[in-house]
Amino acid sequence: MGCSPNLPKTTMVKSDFGYNSKIEGEVIVTRADAVVNWVRSNSVWPMPMGLACCAIELMAAGGSRFDISRFGMEVMRFSPRQADCMIVAGTVTYKMAEVVRRIYDQMAEPKWVVAMGACASTGGMYRSYATLQGVDNIVPVDIYISGCPPRPEALLDGMMLLQEKIRNEGGSLRRTFRGRTVETKIVS
Amino acid sequence: MDAAVLIQRFPSARVLPSQDMPTVEIPASDLWAAVRFLRDEQSFDLLADLCGVEWKDRSARFGVVIHLLSTTQREYVRLHVPALGDCVPSVSSLHPGANWHEREAFDMFGITFTGHPDPRRILMWEAYPYHPLRKDFPLAGIEVPLPAADVAEVTGQTVEPAPMMGGPFVSLGGHFSEGEPSALDQSWNEEKPKA
Repeated sequence: MGCSPNLPKTTMVKSDFGYNSKIEGEVIVTRADAVVNWVRSNSVWPMPMGLACCAIELMAAGGSRFDISRFGMEVMRFSPRQADCMIVAGTVTYKMAEVVRRIYDQMAEPKWVVAMGACASTGGMYRSYATLQGVDNIVPVDIYISGCPPRPEALLDGMMLLQEKIRNEGGSLRRTFRGRTVETKIVS
Repeated sequence: MDAAVLIQRFPSARVLPSQDMPTVEIPASDLWAAVRFLRDEQSFDLLADLCGVEWKDRSARFGVVIHLLSTTQREYVRLHVPALGDCVPSVSSLHPGANWHEREAFDMFGITFTGHPDPRRILMWEAYPYHPLRKDFPLAGIEVPLPAADVAEVTGQTVEPAPMMGGPFVSLGGHFSEGEPSALDQSWNEEKPKA
């Protein structure tokens, strides 16, 4: 493989792409969904629901080596009212399930949930009387990340998949949960 | 310390065979005095462990095993305490560290610690009706409602039994290969690319 020297070189002219204020009259036309999704996907504020060892990897993903802020997600918010993506990192016991659900309820729409690791996704190795067998039994989950615990790269990959999902969401002003439709109103 | 010292002071105690440290069975009525004697007169100043036990071959179904450590003499002693009608006196007034251990033994086995300052469950929630480490409790659990009624109503979720069979860590039996684990398709490798 490699570049063939016989191919004609393309010269990129600045006016070939991008925004030209002389032609477009300082107006950008796009779909509301695309704009809203673009904004949302690049400023996902996670709520770190760190319940077990996965939270250590979550912290590593926030550190300088892996640096989750490259994707606009470094603003970990420990108040659910300021967050829009709950990262459930760890084993959810039945006693904790109530708390997870309440914190999810306190988050403002639109909101997403990432089940990080085997325990949050399925209960993992804790198949017993005390452990909820998957956090998707109590909250709707958007992304499942495998691993025990997942490496920070896997978390970043999952979060990028979440960004992809947010960007492709249709009707981004409306979300449904268990048959109930939640409308988001734009106030201009 | 020799176990005989304890026997001499508490004649109702009895020495049990043990591989590692002096082990003494103390009746519940003498437990508090014995722990105080060991703490104040025999320098066993640290409560290393306190756990509940369910015995199958003894007259008392439940009991408590206490490990005491002497930080000056560098030795351990182990006390077996058969529960009297599922009751054992609390030693958390002597060793404050026993407080949570006793709550755990109560939570998991249903052993009541008389005189405990805060006799609540510690691991399971307050309304949980069972004591999960009892031998008659299945590991998979028994279906009960979630602790929070409103969450249970919204999600329709209960505390579900999760039997190992059907879970991810149980093999279905049958033939086990004794060879090295390898890929099913061995027609290609690093030197010979896939066709």
